[in-house]
Amino acid sequence: MQQLEQEVRQFIIDNFVFENGNGSFSNEDSFLETGLVDSMSIMTLVEFVKEKYAISIEDEELVPDHWDSVSRIASFVQSRRGLVEASQQNVADGA
Amino acid sequence: MLDIDCAKVTAVLEESIREIVFHRLRKKGAVVGLSGGIDSSVTAAICGRALGKDRVFGIMMPENDSSGDSLNLARLLADVLGIKTTVEDIGPTLEVLGCYQRRDDAIRKVIPEYGHGWKSKIVLPNLVESSQYAIYSVVAQSPSGEMKKVRLTAEAYLEVVAATNFKQRIRKTLEYHHAERLWYAVAGTPNRQEYAQGFFVKNGDGSADFKPIAHLYKTQVYQLGGYLGVPEEILRRPPTTDTYSLEQSQEEFYFALPLDQMDLCLYGKNNGVAPDEVATAVGLSTEKVQRVFAMIDSKLHSTRYLHLPPQLIEPVSEVDVTH
Repeated sequence: MQQLEQEVRQFIIDNFVFENGNGSFSNEDSFLETGLVDSMSIMTLVEFVKEKYAISIEDEELVPDHWDSVSRIASFVQSRRGLVEASQQNVADGA
Repeated sequence: MLDIDCAKVTAVLEESIREIVFHRLRKKGAVVGLSGGIDSSVTAAICGRALGKDRVFGIMMPENDSSGDSLNLARLLADVLGIKTTVEDIGPTLEVLGCYQRRDDAIRKVIPEYGHGWKSKIVLPNLVESSQYAIYSVVAQSPSGEMKKVRLTAEAYLEVVAATNFKQRIRKTLEYHHAERLWYAVAGTPNRQEYAQGFFVKNGDGSADFKPIAHLYKTQVYQLGGYLGVPEEILRRPPTTDTYSLEQSQEEFYFALPLDQMDLCLYGKNNGVAPDEVATAVGLSTEKVQRVFAMIDSKLHSTRYLHLPPQLIEPVSEVDVTH
């Protein structure tokens, strides 16, 4: 989980924090409240997460509950990965 | 709340337009791009009353994706107002610029089979019913009628918008061409929802010498339309972007609410009315109105740059940009 948070955080710093910002935001800070990541940036963030962690993301999952902070994103990815691994295990057991 | 005294408002508009066009801008008349919609119709009508119908020039600018209604309704309006007009088909120009090709290439990034004979539009999710982010999807219809809806990537979205924005920018180029040869001013046609919420293209329909109805709520524009004698067919026509090959409402593209509800929310927010009071007036829950208020703030913030003039490093004091 810590590694997940670090990877997401670094992507945000590299792509959305201008002026060589050192990322003076916490993993719990709300993007909406701080204005750090807007809806345009969310689109880029979603694609990063999809490709890096090989998970699918439904339209209904594009909500602040899952995406409004570094820690929320990490939790979301963690839970989706858990679902993917569980379903792969079910398939393997079935075989 | 939004009812206006049309006679009084019209009188103020007429006097202001004369002041702006004749005295402040020192121009002889006004050019108006006519889309067949309510905003350009009211703008042309009020300019005709203010300046004289012989000093208003209307330009109709259809392209490959335009609804046939647009041209017919614009012609009807021009006949009613008695203003001179011209038709400039911008389809060939857009083709040369690659507008359609670029847009289709962008859509193919998410729908690889998209091609000749397909139609499309981009839409938002229902932002009032859910807390989803304003992330666009493309809705495409194949030649056989099959519908597909796919979420756009950031890259594809930006490329689709950048391609379709050619339309508004080429139209504005033509408006300024005619304005310059006639020594007229270019009238912009946004209403308050559009102007305040950034529903315009920078250097496209966002560009103008004056914008006479930018302070009026959409429902007020309709009231004026009725008062000024805009044809019923235009008054009844649902607002459309008339930009994509599939019919697209302004609601699904940008505003997320029917225009009368959005007007009330915008009015309420602008005048410090509490969300629960607005909710009663609009017929939505307080939670949904709060969501709409947040959307309004978000759009004000994200589209602020559209209103900014060119940013200078140091002021050039001898240039007065106020009046």
